[in-house]
Parts: sequence; C-alpha cells; structure tokens
Amino acid sequence: MNIMATPRDYGLLGRDAKMAEEMGLASAQWYQCPMPRKRLKELMVRKDGPAIRDTLIWFTAFAVTGGFAYYFWPTWLALPFFIAYGVLYGSSSDSRWHECGHGTAFKTRWMNDVVYNIACFMIMREPTVWRWSHTRHHTDTIIVGRDPEIAIMRPTWILRVIFLFFAIPQTWGAIKSIARHAAGTIGEEEKTFIPEMERGRVILTARIWVVVHAAILASAIYSGSILPLLFFGPLPTMYGAWVHILTGLTQHGGLAENVLDHRLNSRTVYMNPILRFIYWNMNYHVEHHMFPMIPYHALPALHEDLKPYMPKPCSSVFAAYCEIIPAIWRQRTEPDWHIERELPSGIKPVESLGD
Amino acid sequence: MTKWIDVCATSDIDAEDVMRFDHGGQTFAIYHSPDGKFYATDGLCTHEKVHLADGLVMDNIIECPKHNGRFDYRDGSAKGAPVCVNLKTYPVKVEAGKIMMEIGK
Repeated sequence: MNIMATPRDYGLLGRDAKMAEEMGLASAQWYQCPMPRKRLKELMVRKDGPAIRDTLIWFTAFAVTGGFAYYFWPTWLALPFFIAYGVLYGSSSDSRWHECGHGTAFKTRWMNDVVYNIACFMIMREPTVWRWSHTRHHTDTIIVGRDPEIAIMRPTWILRVIFLFFAIPQTWGAIKSIARHAAGTIGEEEKTFIPEMERGRVILTARIWVVVHAAILASAIYSGSILPLLFFGPLPTMYGAWVHILTGLTQHGGLAENVLDHRLNSRTVYMNPILRFIYWNMNYHVEHHMFPMIPYHALPALHEDLKPYMPKPCSSVFAAYCEIIPAIWRQRTEPDWHIERELPSGIKPVESLGD
Repeated sequence: MTKWIDVCATSDIDAEDVMRFDHGGQTFAIYHSPDGKFYATDGLCTHEKVHLADGLVMDNIIECPKHNGRFDYRDGSAKGAPVCVNLKTYPVKVEAGKIMMEIGK
C-alpha cells in the first residue's frame, strides 16, 4: 500500500501522520515468517556470556586506541589511533545503544542498562527519548509521519546525507534537544511517543548531561589542551560517526515506505567480522525487525532459518550501496520511486494488510 | 459474578513458557513458571496490544515480543519502559491435571 501524495510530511503531527492512521498503517499488524514456537524459544534465549566477552573486548579496544592516541599526541602518529578510537566512540556505540535498548544484549537487566547509558552518552542520544523513539520505529517502521527514525527522507537532500557521515545534523539536533530538555521543555512531537510518566526522567538526564559536558569543556580549558574534547563529548561522536552511518544507511535506504512487510522496507547485508563486531550483527536487519526479541548473537542462526521466505541479501556493503546510491539519487526528483524487493517464488508480499 | 473455567491440561504448557487462551471474546496468557506453578494475565501487552503469548518467559518475567517490555506475570507489575501500565492478573488453580482460571471479577 502506498500513499500516493507528495511531497511527504515526515513530522509526527502532520498530514501524513493522520493519513497513516486513516489507512491502517499506524500500529498495524506486520507480516512475520512462519517460525515454530520451539525454535523461536531456542533463539530467544538470553545469555550474558557473548555480550560480556564483546564488552570486555570493546573496553580493551578503547584503552588501547585511546592510550596510543594519547601517547603519540601531538604527532601525526596519533591520527590512526584517533580514527580507530573515534569509530569505537562514535560508531560502535550505535549498536550498543540499540541492542541494550532492546534489552536483548545481556540476560542481566542492569548490564543492559549500564552499557545502554554509556553508549547513549557516546552517541549523544538521550536515553529515555531514544528508547521511546526506537519503540515507535519498531511499531511503525518507515511509515511516513509515524516513524521518528527515518534517516533519508524524500525527496532526498543529498547534502544532508553527506553531513550524516560527520554526524552534523545529529549532533546539532542533540545539542538543541538536550538544551530544550534541560530547560524543562518536552516538544509536542516528543509527547506523541514519550509517556507523561517518563518526561521527568528526560529532563533530569538532560541536566546531568549538561553538567558532564560542561566538566569536559572545563577540563580542556583548565589543562589548556584540546585532548579532553578529542576523547569525550561531541567531537569523537562526530569524527567517528562515519562507520555507523555507512552500515546504518543500508538498513532501509532506498527501499519502500508505508508497507507492512519488513522484507520490503529493510535490508540484510553480509558484512565482514570486524564490521559485524562494530555493528553487533545488525546487518541482519530484516530478521531483527521481524523478531526483535532475538539477541544479536542469535541473528545469524535466525537468518539461516528464514532464508526460504526472504529476498536475496546483499552480498556486501559495496553491493548494498550499488543499489542505494542510484536509488536515493533518483528519489531526489522521484520520491515515490523505490527499490522493489523480489521475494522467493510463491511468497507474496504483504502490502495490503491495512486494506 | 465470577466463575471458574477450564483452560487446558497442565501438560499443554512447557515449564517456563506461556500459552494463549481465548474465551468469551477476551484473550489471556497462561504461564507455567519454572517452579511448576501456573498463572494467568490479560493476553495483550498494555503498551501496544501485542499478544504476550508470542513472547519470552524468563523466570517470573514475560517479555513482549514487539518492544521487549517486561512484566512480572505473578502480579502483573510492569518492570519498566516501554511498559508503564500493569497487566491484569486472574486466579488460577489446578484440579485433576487441568488448569482453571477465575474470570468475571
């Protein structure tokens, strides 16, 4: 089902939000591949082991890259270590935010919460706001006017997409949002997905963050060095964002809007083990959206199980961008056009559940 | 007025699992805890009306399959975002290998 009206209104209080509700696209029933309950339970089982292992590697990688960056500063030899540190800080934090936000990375709840809050600070996503916005993203994935996390809006503004790789719009948006919340204001759009009982927490967290960021800035001024700003705060979020944008834009870029089948609006991409560590297996993105309660470490197995029902995955990040770049370029002038996913023979797309 | 209704045999639900049960236009979730007890709650998540029977039981917690919201199914208490409203619970008893729940309160 496609809403044929353009230009689109991606605002959560706008025309397309009302249309989505009228057309049955809001909080709708989505297609799920058949999966025996017994197998689903096996895949859903929570474990602490894989995420503890990965988190220890993660912190060690921070210490090593940060340590060498500090050691070699201010020579050029520090540059590769800052690049690696930045990717850890500004990119791998995206997947930790995501998985721990779902509460699936660790079995133990407090471990999810600790890593979630650390990752949120690194990627400058206010914990409560983004927990709720991501909830909406899963309810109404790429439904115009309902999903607050659509990365590439149409008609495509190419310059904005380029800026995403340096986290410019994200960081500017985060600074404005933190300042607004610290002042005690919750936006009207935010009120559509953040329950009233959670809003006090949003304001308190924003005020704590303002204090922490002020402390980072003060330490730079006091020490007369830019180093504290290169290690913590918005700068590493920005100079390290490019990998999570590179992987993140493959999730839905160029695919259909306003459909109720994740196979048509999400993309699974095969990636190498290093990217999969940074990305915590979110390259299996169709599978994740269809069964969000399955932990990242079980997604490769889920992918194997669901293969008969799925479109062919992209063989690499390069292959994904070979279809994404021409698509978003075309969507500059043809916003209704999108990449059509071919489903296995005999499997019909579910585009009409709202009818 | 309340009444006890038959749900299913105790052997129909694995330990640490949940089953959907529909009755009189309502949907319920019936739980078998790891310590062998049975519980019943409303069947839909209070957040976005998703069937909890498709979710994951971990000890005394049911996790919603859509947004991973968690409830303690023994008393229906919501355990944090994204669920804020408690689940309604129902009395359950076992007689001759049959699970029965009390409805109509």
